[in-house]
Amino acid sequence: MPDSIPADSVGVVSPTTLHFDEPLRLDCGVTLSEYDLVYESYGTLNAESNNAVLICHALSGDHHAAGFHAEQDPKPGWWNNCIGPGKPIDTNKYYVVSSNNLGGCGGSTGPLSTNPATGTAFGPDFPIVTVRDWVESQARLANALGIDRWAAVMGGSLGGMQVLQWAVDYPKQIANAVIIAATPKLSTQNIAFNEVARQAIRCDPSFHEGHYRLHNVVPERGLMLARMLGHITYLSDDVLHAKFGRELRDGKFNFGYDVEFQIESYLRHQGQSFVQRFDANSYLLMTKALDYFDPAAQFDNDLTKTVSNCQANFLVISFTSDWRFSPEKSRELVRALLDSDKNVSYIDIESEHGHDSFLMEIPLYHNVLHSYFARSLQEQQY
Amino acid sequence: MRLRADQALIAEWIRPKSRILDLGCGDGRLLAALQQKHGASGYGVEIDPENIIKCIANGINVVQSNLDEGLADFDDNSFDYVVMTQTIQAVRYPQRLLHEMLRIGREGIVTFPNMGHWKCRFQLAFGKMPITRHLPNDWHSTPNIHICTIADFKDMCHAENIAVLQQTTVDSEHRAGLAMRILPNLLGEIAMYRLRRGLKPPP
Repeated sequence: MPDSIPADSVGVVSPTTLHFDEPLRLDCGVTLSEYDLVYESYGTLNAESNNAVLICHALSGDHHAAGFHAEQDPKPGWWNNCIGPGKPIDTNKYYVVSSNNLGGCGGSTGPLSTNPATGTAFGPDFPIVTVRDWVESQARLANALGIDRWAAVMGGSLGGMQVLQWAVDYPKQIANAVIIAATPKLSTQNIAFNEVARQAIRCDPSFHEGHYRLHNVVPERGLMLARMLGHITYLSDDVLHAKFGRELRDGKFNFGYDVEFQIESYLRHQGQSFVQRFDANSYLLMTKALDYFDPAAQFDNDLTKTVSNCQANFLVISFTSDWRFSPEKSRELVRALLDSDKNVSYIDIESEHGHDSFLMEIPLYHNVLHSYFARSLQEQQY
Repeated sequence: MRLRADQALIAEWIRPKSRILDLGCGDGRLLAALQQKHGASGYGVEIDPENIIKCIANGINVVQSNLDEGLADFDDNSFDYVVMTQTIQAVRYPQRLLHEMLRIGREGIVTFPNMGHWKCRFQLAFGKMPITRHLPNDWHSTPNIHICTIADFKDMCHAENIAVLQQTTVDSEHRAGLAMRILPNLLGEIAMYRLRRGLKPPP
């Protein structure tokens, strides 16, 4: 718990909810007649409205990217090390917007929200949303905030994929696309992991076909399992070994099935704390959005053609030990951008932290971001 | 930012508004200068992360890649020039890379430290591996694993059916004077070549 809010933090922040009345037709064919988007913002929008950065969150993230929700808040937002005064995304210069995706459970309309048609919570009846739907909803958010063109749209993992979709769908409205630890589409192995996670949730006896809240239960076991599985894939073998090795909690075998190895204890803890903060139906939806993501599908499966209309400058970053979204996937995107003569820079950051590296304060990684954002400030000549 | 003598000359060699790929681009100063003064565009390729950060700060496109792994990311004839300044001596497969350069670029520009320079010959005559401003490392710790003389390079171009369009030498500060032009392999510190694929098939 911070004794006081650190000086390089954006401080105490609170989310804002915007209501949208204009119906949103989703990729799945369903129309949301109205919806809410919850977002946070840090820094100040300048008079020209050209210093705005949009942050896209990953699978389990939300709009709370930086700062604290109260003076005594023990934990800052999920990308606090990257966003703030003097940080890579310098809030003294940039106006940063971070919104919760539709279908999430952070406050934007999703399975926990009331379905206006029935007066009860959507639950499993919330339509499956895609990355394109998110971009569409965020474009309306930009409109509402008076931002014609983002100085940058930026995100890691699923968030990075969303950035790519932004660059493809709204080429004129994004000056820089910062795509970190992402992929132009999921690998078969990725989809396989997501399916195991979904089955873990759906097979939980408390799931009740998604209507668990009507039964006043939560599919805790399933959601916990899904998170435990996910967590293993977000880290590298090396980092797990370095952190936990084969260390035993009691220093000896107990010849039973309770927690013995430290890694078991860690995973269970991760799973349990996730259950406290995440909704199972949202998790299912988010994994489907990941699986469906494939912008090239609409361009004859030609990634070069897919990005050919993009106007943004691209910064693509991968991490050496990321086996969930491997550097090879980032290179695939970079190759397509090179083929279509786009402005692109690419770096593969040496890191042992696996996919989760994008959340870490790795000096080289943050220096790259710092340099990139400082440079694009110069180029826009604020 | 000040360009090295060989880089400054490259800026004169290239046509304005060219598309350039700079292999081993370092901090990106050559590309930055070509962009600003000659309306050039293109990419740098670099392996060192600290240099990549400098490239980004200098406002050039830079892609991290290991030249020893080839240039498969780049299409045939996709650049006007592929440039490689004082890098060829440090790559593992110089010949292969030269052919790759000339596959991707309509022309290639290569500069390298000339092992035939009298200072190198002088040190070798006394039985020591040369250590010079451009080859500053001990034999056991040098990244420069493929050093050659101007005569060697010419022979290779001939053998590999690579056409030499232009050649000169520079030292750190100066262009080639009369003496350097007469005896380039003895007096030139840095050799510079503008190349393209040879028209005749190799014999």
